[in-house]
Amino acid sequence: MAQSHASDAAHHDDHHDQPATGIKRWLFATNHKDIGTMYLVFSLIMFFIGGAMAMLIRAELFQPGLQLMQPEFFNQLTTNHALVMIFGAVMPAFVGLANWMVPLQVGAPDMALPRMNNFSFWILPFAFTLLLGTFFVPGGAAAGGWTLYPPLSLQTGDSFPMLIFAIHMMGISSIMGAINVIVTIMNMRAPGMTLLKMPLFAWSWLITAYLLIAVMPVLAGSVTMLLTDHFFKTSFFNAAGGGDPIMFEHIFWFFGHPEVYIMILPAFGIISEILPTFSRKPLFGATSMIYAIASIAFLSFIVWGHHMFADGMPVAAQLFYMMSTMLIAVPTGVKVFNWTATMWRGSLSFEPPMLFAIAFLFLFSIGGFSGLMLAIVPADFQYNQTYFVVAHFHYVLVPGAIFGIMAGVYYWLPKWTGHMYSMALAKTHFWLSAIFINVLFFPQHFLGLAGMPRRIPDYAVQFTDWNMVSSIGGFAFGLSQVLFAIVIVQCIRGGKKASAKVWEGTNPTGLEWTLPSPAPYHSFSTAPEIH
Amino acid sequence: MSVIRGDHDDSTSRPRAIAWARALCLATLGWAAQAEANTSDGYNLPVGVTSLSRDIYTLHMEVFWICVAIAVAVFGVMIYALVKFRHSQGAIPDTTLVHSTKVEIIWTIIPVAILVVMAIPAAKVILMMEDTRNSELSIRVTGYQWKWEYQYMDAGEGIDFFSTLSRDSNYARQLHSGIDPNTVPNYLLDVDKPMVIPSGTKVRLLLTSQDVIHAWWVPDFGAKRSAVPGFVNELWFKVDPGKEGIYRGQCTSLCGRDHGFMPVVVDVRTPDDFKKWVDEQKAASKQAAAQGEQPPPTALVLSK
Amino acid sequence: MAQAHADASKYYIPHSSPWPIYGSVTLFTLMWGAISTLNDWLPAWALIPGFIMLALLFIFWFHTVIGENQQGIYNMAVDRSFRMGMMWFIFSEVMFFAAFFGALFYARNFSVPWLSGDGVKIFSKLLLWNDYNGAWPTNGPSTLGPRTDGTFETVPALGLPAINTAILLTSSVTVTIAHHALITGHRTRLKIFLALTFLLGFTFVGCQAYEYHEAYTELGLQLGTGIYGSTFFMLTGFHGMHVTVGAIMLTVIWFRVMKGHFTPQRHFGFEAVAWYWHFVDVVWLGLFTFVYWL
Ligand code: HEA
Ligand code: HEA
Ligand code: CUA
Ligand SMILES: [Cu+2]
Repeated sequence: MAQSHASDAAHHDDHHDQPATGIKRWLFATNHKDIGTMYLVFSLIMFFIGGAMAMLIRAELFQPGLQLMQPEFFNQLTTNHALVMIFGAVMPAFVGLANWMVPLQVGAPDMALPRMNNFSFWILPFAFTLLLGTFFVPGGAAAGGWTLYPPLSLQTGDSFPMLIFAIHMMGISSIMGAINVIVTIMNMRAPGMTLLKMPLFAWSWLITAYLLIAVMPVLAGSVTMLLTDHFFKTSFFNAAGGGDPIMFEHIFWFFGHPEVYIMILPAFGIISEILPTFSRKPLFGATSMIYAIASIAFLSFIVWGHHMFADGMPVAAQLFYMMSTMLIAVPTGVKVFNWTATMWRGSLSFEPPMLFAIAFLFLFSIGGFSGLMLAIVPADFQYNQTYFVVAHFHYVLVPGAIFGIMAGVYYWLPKWTGHMYSMALAKTHFWLSAIFINVLFFPQHFLGLAGMPRRIPDYAVQFTDWNMVSSIGGFAFGLSQVLFAIVIVQCIRGGKKASAKVWEGTNPTGLEWTLPSPAPYHSFSTAPEIH
Repeated sequence: MSVIRGDHDDSTSRPRAIAWARALCLATLGWAAQAEANTSDGYNLPVGVTSLSRDIYTLHMEVFWICVAIAVAVFGVMIYALVKFRHSQGAIPDTTLVHSTKVEIIWTIIPVAILVVMAIPAAKVILMMEDTRNSELSIRVTGYQWKWEYQYMDAGEGIDFFSTLSRDSNYARQLHSGIDPNTVPNYLLDVDKPMVIPSGTKVRLLLTSQDVIHAWWVPDFGAKRSAVPGFVNELWFKVDPGKEGIYRGQCTSLCGRDHGFMPVVVDVRTPDDFKKWVDEQKAASKQAAAQGEQPPPTALVLSK
Repeated sequence: MAQAHADASKYYIPHSSPWPIYGSVTLFTLMWGAISTLNDWLPAWALIPGFIMLALLFIFWFHTVIGENQQGIYNMAVDRSFRMGMMWFIFSEVMFFAAFFGALFYARNFSVPWLSGDGVKIFSKLLLWNDYNGAWPTNGPSTLGPRTDGTFETVPALGLPAINTAILLTSSVTVTIAHHALITGHRTRLKIFLALTFLLGFTFVGCQAYEYHEAYTELGLQLGTGIYGSTFFMLTGFHGMHVTVGAIMLTVIWFRVMKGHFTPQRHFGFEAVAWYWHFVDVVWLGLFTFVYWL
């Protein structure tokens, strides 16, 4: 994708300028752009695999009665859909974007630890080979939900250790990726690039990386305890030995809640880059944006109990988790308001990245509002484990995280390939996605409130209508994503030459816009001066 | 009116076209235009038949409307900006508008205030929900893969039975069964033997499980709680007198293959009818014992 | 492979490297071995290829890095990256242990009291575990474990664990003396104290192994001895593994010292291992306090 470029002539050590040829370039890669590209391609493939599972789920739920599959297989699909989307699609996409953009934005020659960078990528295909391989062993894939609650998850067949070790590998990969981002940002900034001058995307990733390092090991610990409970007779989650199944939920959600912010904070960063560009006006309240991210990150460590209100917990704990959870609306609100103020009295144009960013603003907020409703403990007793929750998290994850990623890809794609992509096709992709995402997930609010539990392959007949609407929306949304792939492939193949600045907006601020498009194979071999 | 309440259920018989039309209108108006409806009509929470479920409904609507109000305000400003400040219309950016401590403080404080307004009534309801004292009837509810066991205490001491998905639903739900679920009454929400309780009585459930985590839920009672193996969770409700009838819900914690097929059905009767039922049950179990039938196992065996 | 050149004015970016992908294959092999063993698909030898590959991975990868370092192509910025990377790696390890300490804390303060009728879940005792009066240490209401009478004994804090504490603390001192010696250029002292450190480390592991043997054969204390056995062995076990790895790393560093590596100014490899050793030490203090003593 990224070709070495004429402007590289300034380099001294010329044997470094050319990418290696053939497969070696990718297997032995140390270049942040190559590795970023691999991450992004991998993530797109996983998005399609996870999406294909979702399509099967929606097909089975199209009408009541079982038409396509046994309940057990349905549960396997639900479980693995979530694992693939979270660990295979969203997280690697963000790491890929970080790989491409963080060194460019902070004026570094590459990521700080290039070999480890490659290591953290190449673990992923193996981890997912293991995970997807579970569909083919006796007993089938894990079917206990992505939250892996024992004792149910302990009933998994031969795929159980495959699942656990796949998660361990994903964790190792994430931790190394996060260390790399932190070290790159803390150690490799160009002279004069103070932390407060750093672009918001890099900032959001710095904080995300801290979250990752703090919670991925906890996930590893929790699944290790599952493993020993299963194979080595330990009693962590077994009351007969003095343990407690709910203990797993505490440890899991101590990881799990920060994890959901891991999936949204980098998207916040991307939106904060895009809105100013297409509003032709600097980001409003840049400093408070950083504080807001930091507050969200801090709060994310003390709210995990909101996933467990209905599992039986002391009143004091319910009150505490409710209030701490509600507090998160405050810094998130600051972000939403600052974004709105960024557009205020701007000069807005609606290229694909901007369209996705605007849809993000509206739809993520809707997901946030339903999140707030979930935080109200007594009401959560009714919402918990229904499609209302499913609607909530898809609103924050799909038009939140996924739209954020797509906005970022459309924003930087010309910088990566040197070509402009087809605006018409990208806009078509946008409109189809934005419309059908709502047809897909909005009715799920109704389903949940009317009493449809989640994680069921079949339902009572009064839920039929909304499920049909949702499934139709789902198929249409899924098909629309093919356009995304087409736009990208076309753009890699060729197209109008992109200028260094790419976007006409007067102030794309980051250092990345000072480099030609495509960005040279080695970014800043001599550090730029920042004033 | 309830979709979960089979006996008084009219929503499935309502012509589908009308339901659709209403649904579309409501969807465009915001789904809670239905605020005053009595129980779930397919878009909103049921108001239900206990004080708890009503409190929850009120809280739910309050928070919902607050969110709608905020959304209208915030989205309104956004839309205004999107229309007014278009580059194509020659809008000139005001690049000096980058910071204002004053407005930032305002839009930090206002949300905090709104949240406090939401949290106070919510906290009150929590305190009430968790107060299981002075219950008049306790029932021990045990989840199994995939059925419920109800063991009565207090006045019903000795009554003990399992409650499983009804046979009609069970046939129809098999893969390629060829049976149209629409022809099965209360498809997936019917059991062979429902739990029976008296109205106007504070009933306390003692929930536990024999294998994996299950969760017991009846939306019209506003009552949901997990059944965790090895532990006992408490849950209470008191159905308003005059609201006798059949109430339906489902297991809501993924519990394996047939998680979707372990409904909860509660038959609420007047205290007198309940008493009659208790006597019948006792007589029946005496007879069964005389004929040498084993009562269902009650001992909990939890080992690895 | 990067061509040797001593241009330390630039941040060194290796041109390409086969080790990461080899490392991924290694991890996969290792995991596959573990999976096959646990599922009884293959006998335990299935683990061997992974471990051999792992050993080779470390040898190859570190050989490359050490070689590059000795050529002087790492400037101070590269050095700083390594330090920061190591620090955050250790932090992630701390969080891994935190999960298990969390489990210990939860069991002692919540699940065991609840099962014995304390607090909100009183009916758990009344209905399910009537005769259970859990006090720490406990193997739970079903008194799980190897003995038929359901009893077990714990390792007294003042026995071997106290000795082990002394050993680890001493080794922390010796490694600091060695570090000092390195900075002040006293190579002989460095060699002696470094050797002392890893010898103490291995002694610790030996004592631990003896303690485990006692626990399994004499005390009725095993992984399956309820929540006490679970938390005890998982915490001390993961710690023991870390001590073993740390001691091996100290040994490697010692060989490098013998080969004349490290200068008073630049010795990241030494420092990384020393930090790691201190981390292992601190975790042990937590273990000694919360697992053995209180
Ligand atoms: C990207 C992922 C993401 C994000 C960002 C969020 C954000 C939030 N989530 Fe969500 N959540 C998930 C992913 C996410 N969640 C997932 C995956 C699950 C289910 C897991 C499972 O069980 O499988 C879940 C489940 C979940 C539950 C558990 C429900 C249950 O199982 O019963 C709760 C309960 O409190 C909750 C709350 C919240 C809150 C309060 C926020 C807040 O951060 C939202 C804040 C945002 C806003 C409020 C909108 C913007 C703000 C304003 C415009 C300012 C003014 C607003 C007010 C003053 C109200 N979430
Ligand atoms: C980032 C995370 C993420 C993303 C992106 C998605 C995306 C989607 N999710 Fe899901 N989902 C989760 C995270 C995510 N989800 C989680 C955490 C759960 C909970 C799991 C649990 O309960 O344990 C869940 C559960 C879940 C359920 C509930 C299952 C149940 O409770 O039983 C459903 C049901 O509708 C669903 C649907 C979808 C759909 C239709 C999409 C769509 O957006 C997907 C669209 C993408 C594609 C379709 C792929 C691209 C296109 C093609 C492959 C071309 C071919 C197209 C056709 C054949 C039409 N998801
Ligand atoms: Cu029982 Cu779900
Ligand atoms: Cu959460």
